[in-house]
Amino acid sequence: MTHGRTRFIIGFLALPVLLYLIYVISPYAQAFYIAMTNWRGVNANPQFVGLENFRRLLDDTVFWKAVSHNLLLLILLPVGTITIALFFAYLLNVGGHGRGVGGIRGSKFYRVVFFFPQVLAVAIIAVLFQQVFRPDRGGMINGPLMALGIEPIGFLSNPDIALWSVLAVLIWQAVGFYVVLFSAGMASIPKEMYEAAQIDGAGRIPMFFRVTLPLLWDTVQVGWVYLGIAALDVFAVVWVMTAEQGGPDHSTTVIAAEIYRNAFDYFKFGYASAMGVVLFFFTIGFAALALKLSRRERIEY
Amino acid sequence: MVSQTMTISRAEVRQARRVRLGPLSYLSHIALVVWTILVIVPLAWTFLASFKSEDEIFSGAWTFPAVPRFDNWARAWEQAHVGQYFLNSVIVVACSTFGTMLLGSMAAYVLARYRFRGNRAIYLLFVSGLAFPVYLALTPLFFVVQNMGRLPVIGPFIGLNTHGGLILVYIAYSLPFTVFFLAAFFRTLPTAVAEAAFVDGASHTRVFFQIMLPMAKPGIVSVTIFNVLGQWNQYQLPLVLLSGEARDKWVLTQGIASISTAAGYDADWSALFAALSMAILPMIIVYTVFQRQIQAGLTAGALK
Repeated sequence: MTHGRTRFIIGFLALPVLLYLIYVISPYAQAFYIAMTNWRGVNANPQFVGLENFRRLLDDTVFWKAVSHNLLLLILLPVGTITIALFFAYLLNVGGHGRGVGGIRGSKFYRVVFFFPQVLAVAIIAVLFQQVFRPDRGGMINGPLMALGIEPIGFLSNPDIALWSVLAVLIWQAVGFYVVLFSAGMASIPKEMYEAAQIDGAGRIPMFFRVTLPLLWDTVQVGWVYLGIAALDVFAVVWVMTAEQGGPDHSTTVIAAEIYRNAFDYFKFGYASAMGVVLFFFTIGFAALALKLSRRERIEY
Repeated sequence: MVSQTMTISRAEVRQARRVRLGPLSYLSHIALVVWTILVIVPLAWTFLASFKSEDEIFSGAWTFPAVPRFDNWARAWEQAHVGQYFLNSVIVVACSTFGTMLLGSMAAYVLARYRFRGNRAIYLLFVSGLAFPVYLALTPLFFVVQNMGRLPVIGPFIGLNTHGGLILVYIAYSLPFTVFFLAAFFRTLPTAVAEAAFVDGASHTRVFFQIMLPMAKPGIVSVTIFNVLGQWNQYQLPLVLLSGEARDKWVLTQGIASISTAAGYDADWSALFAALSMAILPMIIVYTVFQRQIQAGLTAGALK
């Protein structure tokens, strides 16, 4: 049985580990070093400048705008998505017929349809909503408004509205996934729990807060972390859908977009990597914070 | 006569249910219908616009085309190169998902079922990749792939602006989740069958391919779906690795996004809507057919 064991282990691990080291680990490791150089353009002689890039980041108003947008999304994307998804998941699983507890009629259909956006590429959705939000008669929303004689809404052209349009598209795409996720969680809550609560005279709404939510807390926590990380990684919607790729006037730009712009439009490789390092610490910090804040007594059932 | 009584009684049941439920049920149904509309309408609207002429698109967002313009679809497929992009996506995703599953299941199996020095460290190395934002790696990754392109013999197949390079990068970035998920799965499988096979003199490799892999099929299916969708919908990596000089290599997401961003003034909007429909429809159809597996595959990671 030990014959050829070592050779087998090495044979099976060599290729995956090699690929992983070349394409994943080495770029991450290099990024931290590049962030401390003044590497720009085709200049083959980048010099070590220590924390100079990070010092310059402090004065970069566009970067801080991007950070503030990410932080706003970090709060609103999970709150919006989880609230809507919990509401629908509860209706679909528990909102049904009066006696006993069960799903609403057609719940399977709703679950299938709500999930549609999840199978589409974010880049495709971004192109689609660029057309939906068009400011002229061809826009899906503004077309009818203008036909009624109402001023068109500058979904993507008004700097005060554009970020909300981005948020709406992100929530539109995410909700279906979390409805399915929470539904799976709710389905594993024993019916007796609800029946007991019902005998005690609890209505649908108290039942949600006293029975469903506490028992679903682990799943909600996972969703919270996923959505938070998604909010920090927003790129395609902003890059493809918004005016001037993060505009107008930087009103929708996010960290990932600034990294891409600085690296591949301005060729400021060192500076872009410094932004990447900041994003890295945001991500790690968020994950640690989320786990710490939401850790509470796990309810066994 | 019989059917009539049936309808009456069904209506009565419905009536009784309404009385029991009260207004809350109506409101919940309305909420569900509203969200259904919010999801379907933009997709249906895109599909509608794909059959309209440019004038029809801009004169009214909700008018029907006088005649369905199928030539929009032909122009999108041919002149806007959507056919080429589609084919490229199929080639890249087929190769990269196959590679991901092969290498990922091999690594996961060894890490889950064999004890040796360094096992834990290698496992953690893979899993740590789940926590890193890919944007941190973008710049160095670009140069890594560029340097790989300078290797003798294989260089021209795996450098920048090649499908090979993109495929290898997709595989590498899909490994953390694949290894994490499959290692957990392999750990739950019983050992008896494999041990019996070893007694019969089967090699480690043979036990893996002929016994363990078939036993792990449910997990393999879930992760395959996860990877196919993730890689098919990838936009960021091709944007960096397949530049404007290699348009004939572009994948679907990148191609369609560029039709829209580069569109400007002389854009072919009808063809853009047709291109969008071409990207959306197959996904909706495939999803509707395999919805149970796809929902399970995508949520599997979160439930673990």
